Amino acid sequence: MLRKKKKISLADSIKEALILSMKKNKNVLLIGLGVDDPKGIFGTTKGIDKLFKDKRVFDFPTAENAMTGISIGASLMGVKPVIVHQRVEFSLLSLEQIINQAAKWFFMNGGTKSVPLVIRLIIGRGWGQGPQHSQSLETIFAHIPGLKVISLSTPYNAKGLLISSIEDKNPVIIFEHRWLHEIQGIVPKKYYKVPLGKARIVKKGTDLTLVSSSYMVIECLRSAKILKNYSINTEVVDIQSLRPLDIKTIINSIKKTQKAIIVDNGGISYGISSEIIAKLYEYFSSKNKNFNKITRIGPPDNPIPSTRELAKYCYPNYLDIIQNVEKLLKKKFKNLDKYRNDVPSDQPNRNFMGPF
Amino acid sequence: MKISKSTKKKLFYEMARIRMIEKNIASKYSEWEMRCPVHLSIGQEAIAVGICQNLKKNDKIVTAHRSHAHYLAKGGSLKKMLAELYGKETGCAKGFGGSMHLIDLNAGVIAAVPIVGSTIPIGTGVAWANKIKKKREIVVAFFGDGATEEGVFFESLDFASLHRLPILYVCENNEYSVYSHISKRQSKKRSITKIAKSFGIKSEKMDGNNIENIYTKTNKIIKKIKNKPQPYLIELKTFRHLEHCGPNNDDHLNYRSKKYLKQWNRKCPIKNYEKFLNKNNLVSKKNIKDLDNIIKYEILNAFAFAKRSKFPKKSLLKRFVYA
Repeated sequence: MLRKKKKISLADSIKEALILSMKKNKNVLLIGLGVDDPKGIFGTTKGIDKLFKDKRVFDFPTAENAMTGISIGASLMGVKPVIVHQRVEFSLLSLEQIINQAAKWFFMNGGTKSVPLVIRLIIGRGWGQGPQHSQSLETIFAHIPGLKVISLSTPYNAKGLLISSIEDKNPVIIFEHRWLHEIQGIVPKKYYKVPLGKARIVKKGTDLTLVSSSYMVIECLRSAKILKNYSINTEVVDIQSLRPLDIKTIINSIKKTQKAIIVDNGGISYGISSEIIAKLYEYFSSKNKNFNKITRIGPPDNPIPSTRELAKYCYPNYLDIIQNVEKLLKKKFKNLDKYRNDVPSDQPNRNFMGPF
Repeated sequence: MKISKSTKKKLFYEMARIRMIEKNIASKYSEWEMRCPVHLSIGQEAIAVGICQNLKKNDKIVTAHRSHAHYLAKGGSLKKMLAELYGKETGCAKGFGGSMHLIDLNAGVIAAVPIVGSTIPIGTGVAWANKIKKKREIVVAFFGDGATEEGVFFESLDFASLHRLPILYVCENNEYSVYSHISKRQSKKRSITKIAKSFGIKSEKMDGNNIENIYTKTNKIIKKIKNKPQPYLIELKTFRHLEHCGPNNDDHLNYRSKKYLKQWNRKCPIKNYEKFLNKNNLVSKKNIKDLDNIIKYEILNAFAFAKRSKFPKKSLLKRFVYA
């Protein structure tokens, strides 16, 4: 890898993982609509087609269901397809192949043959993308036994998790939030793995646990930084693997802090937070522990409209999280307003303008 | 193309074998030991046999819910198939799939699934991998007339044509999707073979009950595909004798007209071929009796194997969720 910088963006870390995996295993193919176009899926696949002598990168017809079925068929013959959809919503056209076929293949043939397949799904947000370009639908996939479901949040982990997913023998669904592609982090140049099925303590703390995934991990870290000024030492857990879910790491954190807020990246009804709270209840109630110090926050029960004036009510931010901490701790933090920034809610930061 | 005497006998034997296996499944179904839906192939044997007799062991097939004939014609293990229907651990999918998920990788049977049309892209993907890896193997994707109404059918044809994939699409048109006649599902102006042609895929219609015709025509097509990778589609009109799913005849429900039934019953691929072979002195009554006995013995053994096999243990329930 020819780069001098230690820090790279999450988009570049994904690209590095793809290139290294393709170099290591000649069966790895990149598949998706626009995967070799001039923009290269927000930079994550840009120029990769030119790095290999054999054709390894395949632009595809706008046919998501067949794209998935064809990839399943190819995977049965030793090909390792990595599919990408520029928005999660396009993958809904391929749910039949994902849920009925890929997820159950190994099971329904009694362990004869599995489907090693990676599907990258990009979650949109902001700049008026509206109801069909800004859904976080992790829970649809996380519901299905046989799928592994991964959620990326930092450049370091994105690279390691993607490499592990490509090495895995099962169908792996990877969620990438569009707002994370530009974030920077230290990423080793080498080929390395971050294991699937493990949650990650992003920040250690003693007073309160925030459990989250994807972009909302960033908001949790912002909250934690502010809460420090009010002498609250917050632990932040990145769920990272939505299926299988590493509930042990979450339980161990709450055992220490006794209090938790599950910050859901997607809608809370029947969501990731529902599942985590149910599992926590099962665990702590069996131990006769107090359960009233665990709550959750997430987008409300409505689709996300295009207009920024209403979309802003649909995404909790670090201040909303802190207000929930106040309720949970029965405390009132003074002068919270001074931490309010003026970045419009439809932009990840002031420099990043749409359209996405 | 001249068909040798031994091949003629083989074609007959394979069809008669499948018919007898299916009839045995039907008659033993009421014992309530085979507790899974069965979509029997009786009446549609000629297509499976005529095509699979032209395939090599390493050629692959994918199929759908009515898959017994394809699985058996391609050389899938009978013992493992019956054990699968009985839900036993010795089944081809250890009892996890049942009749609708037959698989035998040793025989090139890649997959069978009951979601209509869903193995069409999967078979296309197998052909794509073969092309990428420069293998001279072909894929045959079997499906019914209903599957041609699915979006993935069109999506797959486009991709197969775009990449010139070595695959033979075989549409077995028995005119019925469960009880819904094709006239209620497809415009009279619609043509499955013309759909293929509009994608740049060569296609033709064939009589699905004429074994020699199927055998010789697909022999040529398969050779063409192997010589120069390209997709092909054939549509074969045929007739399912029994109900859509289950061991019985359901014609008392009158969803198919008396005239239609009479016309098709005259076209039984096995009876007619037996008559033809007999008339041309290619097989005698005694030959047929001998063949019958061989098949009966094999079937008896296979059922005994399935029945005496054990059910899978509870510990297996979680073992195949992830590889």
